[in-house]
Amino acid sequence: MELYQGALDVPTIFNRWLEEENSFNYGAYIPFVGTIREENGIEALSFDIYEPVLQKWFDAWVEKAEKLGAKVKMAHAIGDVPVHTSSYVSAVFSPKRRVALELIDEFVEDFKANAPIWKYDVINGKRIYAEDRSTPMSGSGLLA
Amino acid sequence: MIKVEFLGPIGEENLELHANTLSDVATQLQEIETIAPWLSKCAVAVNDQMTSDLSMVLKSGDKVSILPPVCGG
Repeated sequence: MELYQGALDVPTIFNRWLEEENSFNYGAYIPFVGTIREENGIEALSFDIYEPVLQKWFDAWVEKAEKLGAKVKMAHAIGDVPVHTSSYVSAVFSPKRRVALELIDEFVEDFKANAPIWKYDVINGKRIYAEDRSTPMSGSGLLA
Repeated sequence: MIKVEFLGPIGEENLELHANTLSDVATQLQEIETIAPWLSKCAVAVNDQMTSDLSMVLKSGDKVSILPPVCGG
């Protein structure tokens, strides 16, 4: 797992991942790129991350992928990320395509639901919590 | 003392509380006007491990993190 201040350098990250894994005989490499869309007058999105829990979430996925003979990777931005640049990339490597296709779906969807990352719209330089697009994590409401 | 931290957009300063269980923490946080509305949509971690056990026993120095709704990517 990799965290960067600001927008991700997607080609560099993907090329490095490919080089890191090219001796492991994986038959499938499926990358995913999340790009900031220009909408609702935003100039950027901004992100807060709670790294200790994110690392545990990611480690559980590494273990799950290993049991299937696969490998997962991800990188995310911290702070402001301008429109038309990338805040999030992930990838799955596996011996065969079926496992990789299914894992990338589950991995990205669970990331959206349970990775401890908070998103803000940046409009006129102000950060506004994207509450209406955010999802309570599993187990929310315990203390209510 | 138990340390309570409020993550992301909650925007509250960390607290220190006396509590024997997570349930004790819940009771005290429900009484804080600015925090109570968040509780129904927040998840909880103790010492950076997510938990769903309200009866969890806490010891001095433990850290309780309050995690509001997320949206990575």
